[in-house]
Amino acid sequence: MNESVHTVEAMPTERRPGCPFDPPAELIDAQRHSPISRFTHPGGKPGWLITGYDLVRSVLADPRFSSRRELMSVVDFELPPAPPGEFLLMDDPQHSRYRKPLVGRFTVRRMRMLTERIEQITADRLDAMEQAGPSADLVTAFAKPIPTMVICEILGVPYGDRAHFQEQIDTFMGGEASDEEVMAAYTATQGYLARLVATKRAHPTDDVLSELTGSDLTDEELKGISLLLLAAGFDTTANMLSLGTFALLQHPEQLAALRAEPALIDGAVEELLRYLSVAKTFNRTALEDVEVGGQTIEASTTVVLSLNTANRDPARFTAPGTLDIRRPHEGHLAFSHGIHQCLGQQLARTEMRVAFRALIERFPTLRLAVPADEVRLRPESADIYGVKSLPVTWDAA
Amino acid sequence: MSTARLRVDRGRCIGAGMCALTAPDVFDQDAEEGLVVLLRAEPAETRLTAARMAAGMCPSGAITLGGPDSGSSALPAPPADGCQ
Repeated sequence: MNESVHTVEAMPTERRPGCPFDPPAELIDAQRHSPISRFTHPGGKPGWLITGYDLVRSVLADPRFSSRRELMSVVDFELPPAPPGEFLLMDDPQHSRYRKPLVGRFTVRRMRMLTERIEQITADRLDAMEQAGPSADLVTAFAKPIPTMVICEILGVPYGDRAHFQEQIDTFMGGEASDEEVMAAYTATQGYLARLVATKRAHPTDDVLSELTGSDLTDEELKGISLLLLAAGFDTTANMLSLGTFALLQHPEQLAALRAEPALIDGAVEELLRYLSVAKTFNRTALEDVEVGGQTIEASTTVVLSLNTANRDPARFTAPGTLDIRRPHEGHLAFSHGIHQCLGQQLARTEMRVAFRALIERFPTLRLAVPADEVRLRPESADIYGVKSLPVTWDAA
Repeated sequence: MSTARLRVDRGRCIGAGMCALTAPDVFDQDAEEGLVVLLRAEPAETRLTAARMAAGMCPSGAITLGGPDSGSSALPAPPADGCQ
């Protein structure tokens, strides 16, 4: 039964020219063959690649698949366990020990209460753009600063430290820096956070990190949690805002519909999340032999789950390659699924709803300032997809 | 008519908030822990679709829908196939 299994030798390194929003052709092709393919990890170890919606969803919800970093069988050396607090790479009960104290800070209601503050932060950015305009790089003027400021305020990172901080995270999330540069940026950020945790413990302020110093978590653990929240809290949303704006500008009829009917924003955000799926893949390792889609995943084998392809699965979504902001919400996997589903998803939704609406209201004539094929995109090697810069312009009032 | 009955398992809940977002008059999250709170175990007929949707979207399987006409807590069937 295994002879006809489709094989993908390596993760594709590029997207098709002219199709910046579509998953790489090799992955769409793999999905056409079957929802699960044989795959060789970069270190040469055999694995599986899952591209179909139903199978990706079921593996994400299956406790027989582990998120522990030290179990990932993807390179030819052993990976160390995740540092204390970085619970994305842990299983329960360690994972929930860290996640639990945070959950109450990121509820639907709490995030709604933040709306006004996010509107204010957004308006400040738009004012600055307008004053410096009539053109801007949307990434540096808008998409990055908004989520950075929001997550830093929630966590309690002092205002003056934010720019430096954003730079470091850019280095280790951008997918283009050398290993040495990534390590240096990571170490610098860890050092900064260690000092910040010590400060909050000595002089607590009104923020999540200060609150957490009152729990039984150690400084080392708080440092790890902070790093995860900061990195996850803005690189993802920043890329959704910039790539999402690019996608709307390339689909003028969708943009016009959203302008004409602002109430479409909730659906538009869900559709952009599905269509763009900037968090592209996650890995899981089988803890025992598990049958998935007619194949046996042997214990200790790591599977790559392709979220962006799952969100374009024609077996799940009608015309999956079409951006349609009126599409009924059909349960995309952009925030993953299972116990690791994004902790900050309600924050991300609030930020996107506020920011997209305010941007298109403020600049009715917003357009790309360069031809679409000159927009510089993040390489596939980056964990989070997006644009590196998005030159835009508008008619000055 | 038969009624569908919802159950929530706060031990499984991870506080993602999909239920409170999808069916806010049926589910909430408590202020302290952020875990699911069931507001209506037997939602009105008009809220059943949203409640079923919320159950299907729950990332940790913390919501189950029982009762004569409930079927499973899976997502509603996807629409007919299209093209990529």
